[in-house]
Amino acid sequence: MEHIVEIQDLSKDYETGFWKKKKVRALDGLSLRVEPGQIFGFLGGNGAGKTTTIKILMGLLFPTSGTARILGRDIGDTSMHREIGYCPENPYFYDYLTADELINYFGEIFGLDSARRKERSAELLTKVGLAEKDWNKQLRKYSKGMLQRVGLAQSLINDPKIVFLDEPMSGLDPVGRREIRELIAELRSSGTTVFMSTHILSDVEALCERVAILRRGKLAATGRLEDLLANSEQQAFEINVSGISAAALRPFAASSNAELFEKPTGISLQVNSETEIDAALKAVRGSGGKLLSVQPVGRSLEELFVEKTGTA
Amino acid sequence: MRRSSNTNYLTQIFVIAKNAFREAVRDRILYNLVIFVLLLTGAAIFLGELTAGQEVRTIINLGLNAILLFGAFIAIFVGVGLVSKEIEKRTVYAIFAKPVTRSQFLVGKYLGLSLTLLVNTAVMGIGVTLALLYVGGGDRLASVWVAVFFVFLELCVLTAVAITFSSFSTPALSALFTFFIFVIGHFSSSLREFAAALGSAGAKAVFGTIYYIMPNLSLYGFRTQAAYGLLPDAAAVAAITGYTIVYIAILLSIANFIFSRRNFK
Repeated sequence: MEHIVEIQDLSKDYETGFWKKKKVRALDGLSLRVEPGQIFGFLGGNGAGKTTTIKILMGLLFPTSGTARILGRDIGDTSMHREIGYCPENPYFYDYLTADELINYFGEIFGLDSARRKERSAELLTKVGLAEKDWNKQLRKYSKGMLQRVGLAQSLINDPKIVFLDEPMSGLDPVGRREIRELIAELRSSGTTVFMSTHILSDVEALCERVAILRRGKLAATGRLEDLLANSEQQAFEINVSGISAAALRPFAASSNAELFEKPTGISLQVNSETEIDAALKAVRGSGGKLLSVQPVGRSLEELFVEKTGTA
Repeated sequence: MRRSSNTNYLTQIFVIAKNAFREAVRDRILYNLVIFVLLLTGAAIFLGELTAGQEVRTIINLGLNAILLFGAFIAIFVGVGLVSKEIEKRTVYAIFAKPVTRSQFLVGKYLGLSLTLLVNTAVMGIGVTLALLYVGGGDRLASVWVAVFFVFLELCVLTAVAITFSSFSTPALSALFTFFIFVIGHFSSSLREFAAALGSAGAKAVFGTIYYIMPNLSLYGFRTQAAYGLLPDAAAVAAITGYTIVYIAILLSIANFIFSRRNFK
């Protein structure tokens, strides 16, 4: 099996209205392939069709047209669910159960015996960072962030080959996000493929090898994150200096078409190619300035996101 | 191979049913038993004094009708929420990403509520039994338990009606429809007589069809006979049980047909 997820020409129309039904296209001819063993970022603005796609893959929605396969099997084949995991967006579970009972319940559905369930529940709840004192509290007393952690724990109960995470970082504080980010990275190291929808771009940059960007139900871009971010034009560099005024560098900036910014720490000079770095450094030294750093300026994911999704 | 997949199929239904029962218990549904026991205790103590010699029949009538009404209340109001509450609260999302089919879920939830009703009905039956023993009506216990069994069968039908309506309608409307069916179902035989008395063939066909589609709940009305200590013959009990199972199977198939095609937006 070359691809762990294969989506072919998938479309979904929602019907709205009671008498005069109007069709709204939520997903429009999406084709996508995900290779095993990687973290795949599924990006897009609100209403771009991310959750719709994941729900179709999970069998919660039926596509209007098109097909999709997970682990080489059609999405209509429920037995394939033995090998996948899913954490819905803003997950919600039976609030009359405790976290431990919920994990046990799902474990029972997978046919795990009681000793194995007990072991697995403790293991997973620890892994997602839930304090042991909370394991036996009813979920109605859980905060949003805690529910998110339970959601991740339950998605891993069967040791899945691929796990689908819909906005896994939502509701988490910065420390929580960092922990879950580490958990996701750990999943990849243990060979689990992660298909993750998000609009938190720093998480995408930190985790994802490949991404797909959706715009109004259509695929706007897909590929390796590095390739998408690489600027096809000339590489620009940022030179940070201190100890001089912006006025001292203005003649150089004017002659080489470089951009000049004043920062709290000093001056930042942005040159358009590598060959201009030497000249710039000469100008800085000539005015008695001190070099702080030189770094290439990549195209930011945010710029790419805004360009591809058309959202500002 | 075939056998093991069948075992899995049933195991998952059982796991879901067990959880639905646990939900009912934690939602304090069985607390209605307390009210029932208070009602019955009060009746046993006071009614006996008011109607000398009639206490046994009064206890049986009151007890059995209360079992039906309390049970119908649970079957309708919990029944319509069985599936719709899970969709509304989005608890189905995680379930259907597991190896669980929609039919397993539906049947599991149905059996969970039926089990709740079984426990509820049985405990109430024991309450009636104790009250009868207290007023010296121990000779009618067999009839009373046949009637209790019939009440349970009726509640199972009602739960299936509720779950079927809720597979395509809102909980409030489903509750209303199920209540109508509960009322009409009790007048089922009158419906047939009415159809027979009508002149036009068209009207006959319409009311005849309604008669056959509606559950015949008057079949389960063994409560008055039980008060007189009568017993139905075994063939009638078997026939009524068979009718119940077939009727429920048809309803759940319809519910499953609709539910399996639903999109969870």
